[in-house]
Amino acid sequence: MRRLFTYPYILWLAIFVIAPLLLVVFFAVTGTDTYGNTYFTLQNMGQFFEGIIDDQPFFQRIYVVITMRSLRLALQTAVICFILGYPLAYILASKGFRNKPFLIFLFIMPMWMNFLVRTYGWMSILERNGIMNNFLRLLNLPTIDIMFTDSAVLLGMVYNFLPFMVLPIYTSLTKMDKRIIEAAQDLGANPRNVFLRVVFPLSLPGVVSGITMVFMPAAATFIIPNLLGGGQFFLLGNLVEQQFMLAGNWHFGSAVAVVMIILMIVSTFILSRFDRQEEVSEGGMRL
Amino acid sequence: MTRFFSKIIVVLKPFYLGLMLFFMYAPIAVLIIFSFNDSRSRGTWEGFSFRWYEQLFNDPHTQSALRNTILLAIFSTIFATLIGTLAAIGIDRMKKRSRTVVMLISRVPVMMPDVITGISLMMLFQFVFRMLGFGGLGFGTMLLAHIVFNVPYVILSVTPKIRQLDPNLYEAALDLGSNPARAFFQVILPELWPGVITGAMLAFTMSVDDFMVSFFTTSPGVQNLSIRIFSMTRRGVDPSINALSTIIFVVVMIMLILINLRDKHLITKRGEDGNEN
Repeated sequence: MRRLFTYPYILWLAIFVIAPLLLVVFFAVTGTDTYGNTYFTLQNMGQFFEGIIDDQPFFQRIYVVITMRSLRLALQTAVICFILGYPLAYILASKGFRNKPFLIFLFIMPMWMNFLVRTYGWMSILERNGIMNNFLRLLNLPTIDIMFTDSAVLLGMVYNFLPFMVLPIYTSLTKMDKRIIEAAQDLGANPRNVFLRVVFPLSLPGVVSGITMVFMPAAATFIIPNLLGGGQFFLLGNLVEQQFMLAGNWHFGSAVAVVMIILMIVSTFILSRFDRQEEVSEGGMRL
Repeated sequence: MTRFFSKIIVVLKPFYLGLMLFFMYAPIAVLIIFSFNDSRSRGTWEGFSFRWYEQLFNDPHTQSALRNTILLAIFSTIFATLIGTLAAIGIDRMKKRSRTVVMLISRVPVMMPDVITGISLMMLFQFVFRMLGFGGLGFGTMLLAHIVFNVPYVILSVTPKIRQLDPNLYEAALDLGSNPARAFFQVILPELWPGVITGAMLAFTMSVDDFMVSFFTTSPGVQNLSIRIFSMTRRGVDPSINALSTIIFVVVMIMLILINLRDKHLITKRGEDGNEN
C-alpha cells in the first residue's frame, strides 16, 4: 500500500521538479553551434559576469548592475514592508477591537485580487494625467511625476508584497504564549521592555519568514517593473523573460536563472540563521 | 509621560489602520469607479456608462481567457488534490531520512521564484516535444504546470492532519473486520478531510491567480485571465480591464464572505473543541 503511493510520486518529482532544474543547469553550461550540436562551455556564465563591453570595472558591468539593482530593490521592499507591516500586524493582533475578524478580512481581501489588476490600479493613480496629479492640480499644488521611476516600482512592490509580511508576523504574535508576557509584567518590566525584550524577540520567526516571503519574489519579479517602470526598468526577472521570450537565447537565459537560484539559496541560508525556531508554518502565509 | 504616550497610541492605532486600509483599497477603488467612466481616460471622470462592460462581454479573447482560467482552476485542483493527498500519505510512511529528502524536494516549487518554475517547465515541455517530434505548448502544458505548482500546497496542508492521526485507528478498523480500502475511505479519509479541503482551496486560488508560470508554459493563442490582462495593459489604455477587475473584485468578495460565513457556522456547530479548521 505504502509503495503504491510513494513510487509514482517520486517519479512525479523526478520528472516535474528535478528534471526541469537539471535542464536549466544543463543549458547554462552548454552552447549550440551553427550545426545544432551541443557542446560544453562556461561562456554563458562568464558572459553574465563580464557584460557586453570589454574592460569595464566590475560594478559597472551591465548584468552585475542589473543584479545589484534587483537585490537593492528587493531589500528596500522588504525593509519598507517590515516598517509598515509590523505595526499593522501588532495592532491587528492586539485586543480591543470590536469587529476584529471583519477587520482582518478587510486586510486580506485585496490580496486575493489578481496582482496584475492591483498594479494596473496604481498605474491609473500615478500617471502624469492620473488621479493623483488631477487632484493636486485641483488644489493648485505642483504635480508629482513618479510613473516609470524607481519610486513607482518600489511603491508597486511594497503594495503587492505587504500582506506577505503582515500575515506571518500576525500569526507569530497571536500564537505567542500570553503567560510569558504576563510573567514579564509581573516581574516589573515596563511596557517598553516587555515589547523590546519579550514580544519582539518572540515574534522574530514571523519577521524572518515575512522578510523571506517578500524578498524572494521581489528579487525575481518582472511584471511590476514592467508595468510601473515602463520598458527601460531592468531587473533580473526582466532579463530572464527577455532572453527566453524575445531573444530566444536559452543558454544565456538559463545562466541568469542559475545565478538567481544561487542567490535564492544563499539568502535563504542567511535568513534561516536568524530563525532558530523554524516552521512558522506555511499555513500562516495565506489565509 | 508614559500615560501621555499611551494616550497618543490609543488615538494613533485606528488612524494607522485607516491609513493602511486607504493604501490597500485606493487602487481598487479607482479601478472600480473608472470602470463606469464614459471615456477612455483613466484619470478624468466624464459621466456614467456601462460601455466597458459591454465591450468586455463582446470580446471573444476575454471570454476564452475566462473559460481557460476556470477550467484550469477546476482540473488542476482536482488532480493536485488527488496527487497531493496520496503523496502526503505515502511520504508519512517513509523512513525518516528519505522522508526529509522527499519533503524538501516537494517544497521546491513553492520556494523557487515563479519565473524559474515557469522557464524550467517550459524547457522540459519543449525538450519532450522536440524528442517526440510533435506537440506544442498550449492548454495541456499550462494545466500540467498548474498541477506541478499546486501539489506542494496540498501536501503541506494534508501532512499536519496525518501527523495528528491516531496510528492505532487504521489497525482498529482492520481488527473490527473492515478491509483496507474501506478502512481508508471510511476511517482515515474523514480524519484528513479538513486538510484536504484547505489544500484544494489553496490550489484553486493559486491557479486562478497565476500569471508567471502560465505565461511561460502556454502558446500566444491560449490565454488565461492574468495573461489576458497583461496583454491588455501592454496595448495601452483600455478601461475594459477596469470592468474585468470590478467583476473579479465582486466575485472574490462574495466567495470570501461565503467562506467566512461557512466557517462561522462550523465554529458555532462544533462548539469549543478547539478545532481550527
